[in-house]
Amino acid sequence: MSVFPSPRPAAGGPIIDFDPAACCLEIEGLSLAYGETPALRDLSLRVPRHRVTAFIGPSGCGKSTLLRALNRLHDLNDEVRLAGSIRLEGQDIHAPEVEVAELRRRVGMVFQAPNPFPMSIYDNVAFGLRLQGGMRKRQMDDIVEWALQSAALWDEVKERLGSSAWTLSGGQQQRLVIARTLAVRPEVLLLDEPASALDPISTLKIEELIRNLKSQLTLVLVTHNMQQAARVSDYTAFLQEGELVEYGATDTLFTNPRLSRTENYITGRMA
Amino acid sequence: MDITSDIHNRHISRQFNQELEELKTHLMAMGGLVEKQVQDAVAALLDGDSALARHVVDNDRAVNDMQIKIDGECTQVLARRQPAASDLRLVLAVIRAASDLERIGDEASKIARNAIDLIDANNGSRGFVEVRMISEHVRRMVRDALTSFARFDTELALKLVHEDEEVDNEYQAAMRSLITFMMEDARSITPVLNLMWILRSLERIGDHANNLAEYVVYLVKGLDIRHTDPDDLDEQAITRKG
Repeated sequence: MSVFPSPRPAAGGPIIDFDPAACCLEIEGLSLAYGETPALRDLSLRVPRHRVTAFIGPSGCGKSTLLRALNRLHDLNDEVRLAGSIRLEGQDIHAPEVEVAELRRRVGMVFQAPNPFPMSIYDNVAFGLRLQGGMRKRQMDDIVEWALQSAALWDEVKERLGSSAWTLSGGQQQRLVIARTLAVRPEVLLLDEPASALDPISTLKIEELIRNLKSQLTLVLVTHNMQQAARVSDYTAFLQEGELVEYGATDTLFTNPRLSRTENYITGRMA
Repeated sequence: MDITSDIHNRHISRQFNQELEELKTHLMAMGGLVEKQVQDAVAALLDGDSALARHVVDNDRAVNDMQIKIDGECTQVLARRQPAASDLRLVLAVIRAASDLERIGDEASKIARNAIDLIDANNGSRGFVEVRMISEHVRRMVRDALTSFARFDTELALKLVHEDEEVDNEYQAAMRSLITFMMEDARSITPVLNLMWILRSLERIGDHANNLAEYVVYLVKGLDIRHTDPDDLDEQAITRKG
């Protein structure tokens, strides 16, 4: 049985706190607005290393917004205003010396709709490696194989690495995208509803993959599927209207949540 | 966080509300039937009414059928709704409670069977005082347990958890007294044994009522206090509101 990072619940409160040494990401006082519309309000939480943390909450609660902030995807949107800090392994991701491309290599992202590039399976996975440059073919082959193995896709595609990525099924494409992200050795994998476009069996395969990956990475998952969060994550953060309402061990949150707001959401009750 | 007994009718899905309410209603109905079985079994003994005793034995089938029906409904809720948090705890508590109620029903049936033997042998009313006392005690416990379930009342549940020890003491005292009877008069052994089985059944009913109380605490607070010594319970945590 793995040893969980030692959480320090604030005097039995609803927000679990982690020892910073055990955490990969530290979000402090994060507020974000799209123009005049606030999306995140003074949000603070720590994401433990090598665990799966899920963000759940109703539509518009800010969970995807929060996820995208973790690798500065909001830089692409001029209207976004941000305050507070996000640290990756102790380093402020908004510090002027940070190279955004490098940040996004370390903190990879998988989206809801699988988005393989219009090229072969091999080239998809090797894409990031080629960008980095200076790699011999044999080394690249090894990494591509490793990434596809890690994404539980190798056996299904090893005979046809040259075929177009679009010949794969939806579930396979999603795993290809994960392999592509893994190839550049990220520390964190962000997953925004990774299985909601997939059939039940592909979903279970992705969930199994997520569980297996946590030995190598830290995973943060946004999902509207409560049972998925319950199955897959170690810790769950419940957001509502841009605020962090409750954050704790998944097992506890789904059997005996601290706050009635959380209880109402996960049981499908009106407030 | 605290939950109240009407929490289960606030789901966005009205059908789900209905399903959960029905679980509670059916459990209470089963509880009422079982209470009556215990009452009738003891009355049959004390009044020498073998017809009533036979009725209790026959009626046990109805109790068993109710357990099967409730279990089936709980299974459906689990399969269909994948309930979480207090909804999940309610379904689990109902499954467990139905099982304990069914066992109480069995004990009532045993009491009735033993009563029939005693009535047929016509051996007087020795030991009836003890039976009356313990039976009134455990019947009240069963009623209180069901009330605490209906009202999600952890204070009442906690009171019951402490009462189990009292019942055990009463039972031990009654047994000692009956053993004395047997030693005084060897001819009394057979009827006194019947009485001992009856007392044993009543003591078991008390245990089951205690279990029901534990399920109420689990349901309301999410705390599993089975197998915890009553003296070691964190009473504040259990009865605190909110």
